[in-house]
Amino acid sequence: MVQIPRILPCGDSALTIEFGDAIDPEINGMVLALDDALRARAPAGLIETVPTYRSLTVQFDPLATDYDALIEALHEETKDLAPRAAKGKRWRVPVVYGGAYGIDLEEVAALHGLTPAQVIEIHASAVYRIYMIGFLPGFAYLGGLDERIATSRRVHPRARIPAGSIMIGGVQAGIAPMDMPSGWHLLGRTPVLTYAPERNPAFLFAAGDEIVFEPVDASLWDALERAALAGEPVAEEVRP
Amino acid sequence: MTDLIVRACGPMTSLQDRGRLGYQRFGVSPSGAMDLRALAMANALAGNPPEMAAIEFINLGGAFICEGGNLLVALTGASASLDGTPVPPLTSLILQEGQTLEVGHLRTGTFAYLAVAGGFAVEPQLGSLSFHLRSRLGGLKGAALQAGSRLPCRPEAQGGEPMQLTLAIPEENEPIRVMLGPQDDYFTPDAIRLFLESEFTISPQADRMGFQLTGPSLGHAKGFNIVSDGIVDGHIQVPGSGQPIVLMRDRQTAGGYPKIATVISADLPRLAQMRPGSALRFKAVEREEAVAAARRLRDWIAALPEHLVPLRFALTTEHLLSRNLIGGTVDALSPAAHD
Repeated sequence: MVQIPRILPCGDSALTIEFGDAIDPEINGMVLALDDALRARAPAGLIETVPTYRSLTVQFDPLATDYDALIEALHEETKDLAPRAAKGKRWRVPVVYGGAYGIDLEEVAALHGLTPAQVIEIHASAVYRIYMIGFLPGFAYLGGLDERIATSRRVHPRARIPAGSIMIGGVQAGIAPMDMPSGWHLLGRTPVLTYAPERNPAFLFAAGDEIVFEPVDASLWDALERAALAGEPVAEEVRP
Repeated sequence: MTDLIVRACGPMTSLQDRGRLGYQRFGVSPSGAMDLRALAMANALAGNPPEMAAIEFINLGGAFICEGGNLLVALTGASASLDGTPVPPLTSLILQEGQTLEVGHLRTGTFAYLAVAGGFAVEPQLGSLSFHLRSRLGGLKGAALQAGSRLPCRPEAQGGEPMQLTLAIPEENEPIRVMLGPQDDYFTPDAIRLFLESEFTISPQADRMGFQLTGPSLGHAKGFNIVSDGIVDGHIQVPGSGQPIVLMRDRQTAGGYPKIATVISADLPRLAQMRPGSALRFKAVEREEAVAAARRLRDWIAALPEHLVPLRFALTTEHLLSRNLIGGTVDALSPAAHD
């Protein structure tokens, strides 16, 4: 699946190195390994690197960068590159499923001929990989959704869904970092703030981390939400 | 401490600097001033480094007063008046307590900048003062400016002397230069030809996030969905409609439409100032030309302080010229003559 890396120009100040065109853990692992390498040995003029599903975008100062040397360094770094071996962190995220917290749970269950309890069981027993963070601050694109509950996007996207929505769209899963528009189906909600600009750290998750969801009772919501608003992560780091 | 106080301003009037670097991996847009040239000019007039945060106006002006002392301020891109008296363009001025600075609506471009000497004493968020609405970052604790907003200024803001800048942004009607890629292979040869040979119009859907263009429909060769990848300033993405969108500073960090080309960094400020309804063409260039243009722009910005004249001399020059005393102008421009 991993292809010979292609270097695509993005104007005079950036380029993208592409390892394939699929959503695949091995391809994503190559992206993250190159990201690690460039952060450890930053070529002169490098401004920032942005890992996505299947490619790494490299932004640089065109006047402080020897472009040929940069390309040479990229060839050197990718020559014997292997997918990142080290596991990221694994986070346990509490979720209140259904009801007002997940208004699409019953519809999703009906679509697949399952009970809501079965959808919760399937959704909460998978381990999700964070392929990338983008679209919105702290929005993690999760892979690993069980195909039995994969659900195509809503015909009519909603203009506003609440922060913390636990949602699925196609074979992807996600957690809304803030109130946002979305056409994905909402199964539940977590009080965890994946992004809180005033908190240190502002972002809980990084590309390469893993997420597991833990169903919790609605009676716990208020206490968990208070803790999250007070700056606590609420998501718990667990051992794989 | 002197405060600059907003009496009135348009929506989305905000603080902007060079932008927020290093957080795109967390989904945070870089943001930053849409026209780095005009920002640098306002900062040069105020005696600041070129990328210090200034107030960015979008189409509409505003009104300002100060409290706790006087302020040396500089405006580029819009007309201004001080207590009703017009301020000469490309000058800095002293705003005194009790005076009102009015910034007029923008006539020629879309973005104007107001800098204060020494900059604003506002805490950066994630390394920048640039306001970004969706991230709730920058500006005044994640907010744009509005009537009543109070901007604390550094003590340096009271010092300095009003200056005039003798250099304007060069008029240019050349095509906007692009480098093809990263996904030009997603388009038919015909679409590439149409893209480079046709005229496009900037639609009213133009904001800090992106400029929607209207023109001939650009056909995709292998569909219009790609697995989302990284986006940079100036990327020109083409969704299923075939109508291109140039992504600007508040853009998202990743997207799933193929990008036919990328506007070179040196031409982004000029594109940013083109108003909805303007026609434009694109021209493909190689990396060498793009880098040379970036170097010229950087040198132009770096040289701005050499083109400052104390306003008292500039006025004298104008005065002498008006009386046909041309022979006096050389001396009048030399500060030594007045020491």
